[in-house]
Amino acid sequence: MSDVKPRIRLPRTAKAGQAAEIKTLVSHVMETGLRKDSDGNTIPRMIINRFTCEYGGEMVLDMALEGAVSANPYVEFDIMIGEATEVVFTWYEDGGAVYTETKELSFG
Amino acid sequence: MITRRETMAMGLGAATITLIPISVNAAADDAIAAYTGGASVSEGGVMITAPEIAENGNTVPISVEAPGAAEIALYADGNPTPGVAVFKFGPAAGSHRASTRIRLGGTQDVVAVAKMPDGSFQQAAVEVKVTIGGCGG
Repeated sequence: MSDVKPRIRLPRTAKAGQAAEIKTLVSHVMETGLRKDSDGNTIPRMIINRFTCEYGGEMVLDMALEGAVSANPYVEFDIMIGEATEVVFTWYEDGGAVYTETKELSFG
Repeated sequence: MITRRETMAMGLGAATITLIPISVNAAADDAIAAYTGGASVSEGGVMITAPEIAENGNTVPISVEAPGAAEIALYADGNPTPGVAVFKFGPAAGSHRASTRIRLGGTQDVVAVAKMPDGSFQQAAVEVKVTIGGCGG
């Protein structure tokens, strides 16, 4: 789907050795597969089923999502800042589509 | 005219309806048992931050924290499918907490089960009252 748009907020200034908060939001309908359209047909499930955040080759968070996560899934978590600057975010959609976004930490 | 037999049948129907919430809770128990592999789960060790009353069941902010946990699984025991999310914390995690927004079909308990690195499990539950359910119904 083309309307999948990730938004990510990293800490404004990163300091090595400190934990910092990351907020992510991806625009997505998160269709549960439980709803029916006006003709009574079940709308097939289409959700983001997995979200990962990697930093310096290591996993920060690996999240499995079900249909009970709200539309436009919002996730907030903490990262332990090290030497690396790149943080990689990946969203996996039902049907195999993968959306990746890379952000750079700015050290202050 | 309603016969005695029909009245009894109606009563049976009502009894079946009242049984449904129990079977839904059992589904959540089954999901948790599948996650823990049947291991015993002790209370405490997990903190859930959730609103006491959620006006809109479509987006209920939930925050979970379990110091030292490897994973936290989140369940909504009154939803058609009880599983909500599983957070796996990696080596680069800054803490063992995460927040997200979830759908709740009605007033129910939200259960968080934390998997500790030694393979033990801890859980906590909190009731969220929902004014408008979020299951599209």
